[in-house]
This record gives sequence, C-alpha cells and structure tokens, in this order.
Amino acid sequence: MQLTLEFGGGLELLCNSVKVHKVNVDLTDGEENLTMKRLLSWVRTNLIKERPEMFMKGDTVRPGVLVLVNDCDWELSGQLDTTLEEKDVIVFISTLHGG
Amino acid sequence: MASHSEEPSTILEEIKALKAQKIDIDARISALESQLRDTSIAKQLPCNGSCPSISTVDSNLSNNRLPSDAIYRYSRHLLLPSFGVQGQSNLLKSSMLVVGAGGLGSPALLYLAACGVGRIGIVDHDVVELNNMHRQVIHTEAYIGKSKVESAAAACRSINSTIEVIEYREALRTSNALEIFSKYDLIIDATDNVPSRYMINDCCVVLKKPLVSGAALGLEGQLTVYNYKGGPCYRCLFPAPPPMTACQRCADSGVLGVVPGVIGTLQALEAIKIASDVGEPLSGRMLIFDALSGRIRVVKIRGQSPQCEACGEKSAFTPEKFRDFDYEKFTQFSLSTLNLISEDSRISCKEYNEKISNGEAHVLIDVRPAHHFDIISLPNSLNIPLSSLDSRLSEVSAALKEEEARKGVTGACIYTVCRRGNDSQRAVDLLHKHGFNSARTL
Repeated sequence: MQLTLEFGGGLELLCNSVKVHKVNVDLTDGEENLTMKRLLSWVRTNLIKERPEMFMKGDTVRPGVLVLVNDCDWELSGQLDTTLEEKDVIVFISTLHGG
Repeated sequence: MASHSEEPSTILEEIKALKAQKIDIDARISALESQLRDTSIAKQLPCNGSCPSISTVDSNLSNNRLPSDAIYRYSRHLLLPSFGVQGQSNLLKSSMLVVGAGGLGSPALLYLAACGVGRIGIVDHDVVELNNMHRQVIHTEAYIGKSKVESAAAACRSINSTIEVIEYREALRTSNALEIFSKYDLIIDATDNVPSRYMINDCCVVLKKPLVSGAALGLEGQLTVYNYKGGPCYRCLFPAPPPMTACQRCADSGVLGVVPGVIGTLQALEAIKIASDVGEPLSGRMLIFDALSGRIRVVKIRGQSPQCEACGEKSAFTPEKFRDFDYEKFTQFSLSTLNLISEDSRISCKEYNEKISNGEAHVLIDVRPAHHFDIISLPNSLNIPLSSLDSRLSEVSAALKEEEARKGVTGACIYTVCRRGNDSQRAVDLLHKHGFNSARTL
C-alpha cells in the first residue's frame, strides 16, 4: 500500500531530517487492512533512526505529537484503529512551544 | 511681501506648538482616564472574575456612532463591506491581553494597537536583549536592558494614542493570572514555554475566555483558537504534557525571525476576527506553517473532549484549584542546569587554561551540534556532537593515542565542552560508561 508520511515540528530529526517519505507498506498474511497501530510499529522499525522514545510511548505516539490522517486529527477517525487506504497522507507533528 | 510671508509661517509654528501640546494633554487625559477606570473597576470587583466591558465606560461607542477622528483613522476598515462600522465599533469596545512581548507578541501588538483595540494589556517580566532584535520587531535598540512591556507599550502608544495600554511588568503566575485575565475579553498566548501554555489555557477555561494560541520554532509555526464557543481547549488536544526533552526553545534551537512574525501576525488576525465578530475563527482547526517548503496547511482537530481535565463535563477546575496548581511540576519543566556527574569529574575554565599553559596532554571534545561548532570554537577542539558520540568512540580513542604519541606520554585526559554545560555532562557520563575514566567536563 502506497502512503505518504510526513514528519514535522522537529520529529523529522528522528528520521535523518527528511520530512516527506513516500513509502510502500505491505499487508502481512491474514491482515485484511492496514491500521494506524500497524503503521506506527512499521514507522518505528523502518524510519526512526534515533531516540524512538521521542516518537512513541507504549504502542502509541508520545504526548505532544499530533497525528493527522488526510489533514484530519486521528482522534476523529479512531486513533490506533484508523484504517488506512491507498495514497493516504499521514502527518506526525510535534507541537511547538517556542515564541 | 516679507511681512505677508512671515505671517503664515508664524501661524504654522503656532499650530505646530499647539498640536504638540494637544498630544501631551491627550496622553495625560488617557492616563487619568485609565487611572479612574482602574480604581472604579477595583471598587466594583472585589475579587470575582467578571469582565468589565469598555462600552459601559465609553457611552460614545455604545450606539456604534464613531467619532470623526476614528472615521478618518479607520476609514480603510470602514470601507470593507464585511467589516464596516459594526466591526470597527466592536473592535474599539474590545479588550485583549497579550501574554509575552517577544517574537509572537511583537507583531501581534503592533497590529492590535494600530487597528484600534480599545484596551490592550501586555504581560512579560523580561528585558529587551540585543539577540531578541532580529525577531522581536516591536523593540528598538534604545530599549536594550529595559522592560519589554515598557518598550512594547511605548511603541503601541506611539502608533495609536487613542487606545488604552496597560502594562504588567511581572511574570504570569497562578496567583495573579485570574485577576489580570478577568479584565480582558480574550487572551493571546505569545509565550515560549510549556508550563505557561497550560497555565494560560486553564485560566482561560476557568474564566471562559477565548484563547488565541501561537507557537514558532526554527522554520515552523502553529496557530489555533482554543476555548471558543464550545471548541476544544489546549488540554483537550494535549491532556498529558510532552517529555521535557521534546520541548526545544528558540534560545537553544534557533528561529528564523520572520517565522514568529508570520504566526504573531496571524494571531492578531484571529483576535481581530473574534473581537469584531467577523469571519470564522480558527477554532477546531489548526494552521501549520512550514517556512522552508512555503506550505501552509489547515487541519481539522478534535472537538471539545468530555473527558478533558480542564473543560470536560466532570472537570472541577475551579479558581481555587487553579491557584494551587503547580504547572512546573506538572510539566516537569525546569530551567535549572543538570547535575548529572560528581564534582571531581568537573574542571573549571581557569584550571583548564592552566593545563593548556603547562602543555598537558589532553583531548578537548566539543559535543555541540556541528552548526554550533561552526559559529565559534576553542582551538584544537574536536567536534563530536553528543547525538553521535556513542557511534564515534573509536575517534576518541584515536585522538587520545595521537595526542599521547605527540607528547610522548601516557594517560592523556579527555575534557568535554558544550554550550550550557548539560550535554557535556551527559557526554562524560557516556564516556565513563565506555571506560574512558579520565573524562571530565568543562
């Protein structure tokens, strides 16, 4: 499944300072669809190069990270249970506090 | 002819002198009015949190008839069909509090003063520094070393002498926030740290005030409106604070000056929309600005959360609870320096200087990021950023061997240095764990 993943607000530093990643995530045997839960563990294994604790806490993102699926807060689509579709755009953004 | 040409110039001079006097008198009148207003507000409101409306003070505005000087000054606003007399009149009656007169607060304040917000409050405890000037555009060099609030207020008054500007040269705390916030219709969060953001949000929830929240760091910015007409608050979105290590500050990570400029200006826009009751404020949505790619995306965020600790159904966030809440503890935020390693693993700059004079064999490792090292560095220092130290330990061993061979000795020491003295301690800790027991931090 082709997806576009974007990292912002400093999270890109965890994946070699690359903000946009066009990726191909395959379904494993017996999987009917790709959930955000699976995608997070895929990202952690395949994209995060350093300090994974800055991205995840337990099986979800750490506090202070907003997850957007097609420009929409994942809270509105079921969080970890959100089902992804071909060509979806998923944005991980750390909240900023500076001024 | 000579006597005729003299006459108009005398008249012009007199007009000029009178106008100057008029400005002084107007300023004095506005100061006295604000003094009067403050004392009458203090009498009316012993300590409860209701907001005095400017319209009760200024009857001129209550029927939406603008004075002629206001019609001239704001004519380009009045000509806008979707804004007009009603929008401007609402604005003149409104009051706003800007918390933070820094990178975000500077442009926000300039526009709010210029557009005629009736009363503007400014809170900040900081003083103007030279390294603020590239982004905090409301301040001028003449104010370096002086209070940011004093500087910003003077700039606002010089742009628009008809508005009221109230100065709070103090840090925002749970002990003063309720009283200050209660005097304003809406709050603009232009601060730069996590505990302040939670404190400002909770105070706005307790007092039911809309909050225009902006943030900027590096080359990115974020903007949204909280607590507005049933929309989410900051805690709905971020119930748990982020880990301290995820909270970078402009003073450490840098910021391109114009980025907070863009976000601060957009904060003024959202505040003006809310106060004038025009357009759709950015509630339930967030604007995300990426300066490098030149992209602005507006995303839909969750609505108000019934489980929210601040604004949810079962929330018990009362003024009393707010006053007792420890925001620094909640966010584990501390500006004090790290104390990771023991005293005998440290060395003072003076001691280090002596070692250099004595020609003592050593390796100095600068653990700052490479682009910091490029700004300035100590002679003969080796740059290995902390983030890659773990994987570059062989370079440390090699540097030690080389130094020992060069000086014809054994047992050369390792010293580490960084910007604030925190990362260099972490580096020493890491080096000790890998058997480099001679490592000490500067």
